[in-house]
Amino acid sequence: MTVGIVVVSHSSKIAEGAVELAAQMAPDVELVAAGGTDDERIGTSLEKVLAAVEQSLIDAGGDGVVVLTDLGSAVMTAESAIEFASDPDAILLADAPLVEGLVAAAVAAQGGAGVEDVRKAAEAVGFGASAGTEAPGSPRESSEPDAAGDFELINPMGIHARPAAKIAGGLSGLDAEVTINDVDGTSMMALMTLAAGQGATLRVEARGKDAGKAVQYVGRLVGEGFGEI
Amino acid sequence: MGLGVDWAVDWLKLSAKAMAEHRTELIELDRAIGDSDHGENMDRGFQAVVQKLDETPPETAGAALKAAAMALMSKVGGAAGPLYGTAYLRAATSLGDSTDIDADALASALAAARDGVVARGKAETGDKTMIDAWTPAVEAARNAASDGGDVHAVLQAAAEAAEVGAVATDPLVARKGRASYLGERSAGHRDPGAASTALLLRAAAAAAAGSVGNTGTSAGNTGTDAV
Repeated sequence: MTVGIVVVSHSSKIAEGAVELAAQMAPDVELVAAGGTDDERIGTSLEKVLAAVEQSLIDAGGDGVVVLTDLGSAVMTAESAIEFASDPDAILLADAPLVEGLVAAAVAAQGGAGVEDVRKAAEAVGFGASAGTEAPGSPRESSEPDAAGDFELINPMGIHARPAAKIAGGLSGLDAEVTINDVDGTSMMALMTLAAGQGATLRVEARGKDAGKAVQYVGRLVGEGFGEI
Repeated sequence: MGLGVDWAVDWLKLSAKAMAEHRTELIELDRAIGDSDHGENMDRGFQAVVQKLDETPPETAGAALKAAAMALMSKVGGAAGPLYGTAYLRAATSLGDSTDIDADALASALAAARDGVVARGKAETGDKTMIDAWTPAVEAARNAASDGGDVHAVLQAAAEAAEVGAVATDPLVARKGRASYLGERSAGHRDPGAASTALLLRAAAAAAAGSVGNTGTSAGNTGTDAV
């Protein structure tokens, strides 16, 4: 079971397309699209969004639901739906760009993150935030890491979307703060902005209970060439 | 004699009639500073409200307004759906199961509706939104109630104040909603949401005039002859 995610858009095509895109990187996460009005016009419908949220609450089996939206009135309809829902406290609204936020949230959910962390992952993408350096839980420069490692990328493509999703997804399920070349290791977007190609070295530093596991996890993925070789 | 379910149903049906009659006017207002769908959306939304009321006749005024809220939020499509939906819902909650709504209860319900719109849309007075019709209406309703006015006087005062408030949005520069993208160019046009609010509150007053007439002075009259 993972956190469920609902996508609310004025357009059913946008909602469905965004879900399709995110599902590629988060095959085990239940993503529900709620776009357009009941009669397939541009707009949002309480009935549609409420049905999606309730479906997602069931899919998530108590793990909670994160809702992402597009323009203004989609936010208002989503807020109304949460008020009407059977378990309003289990549903969080993320203030994030729809597509980028959804992908980041889906990857975090795939990695087993809790509902608060899934929302954080979406919001960390931010409107115009760069390189994920402003992300919550990013580098604490002061203290020495509990575990660290340097790993050279051997796969031809380096860190593109899929490897970034694997790293961020796995790390977000661990109890550790992890930086990779000084960016938040649980932020897929931040990892992609490293633009690390074949032959580049990843410096992994981890702090917290699962620090050792986190470094091992990244080392194993890199060593396997992310299953691409 | 207070108001009951017959008034609420009358109000919503008269609202539907007003939205149909003023559909083009609201579209024109919205074309100037928005996305020109307000008239069509409100007309469609209120048709759905009437359909719902006919399918499942409500037992109380609160239940009628709640049914209207759900229909509007599901069928309007634009921002007016969740905004008016929240307004009717908060009004319904404020009225509760009451079958004899007096002037004070009515003024409180209007205030609850306005507070719902503010909470949902996060607009303030002077932003050139429906709040600029709601707020003067709520104040006028409160004054009328505390001056000892009856339910009809309260709604009459609210409708008049909302109409004045809507006209007063003409020179304002929009700070919320689609019109805010236009900046200074939004001045010189009436806000469509404020205009529809005035129409809806006028319908509420008209329905009360009908109810007061129907129920007469007989305390035993259940008002089943209305609508």
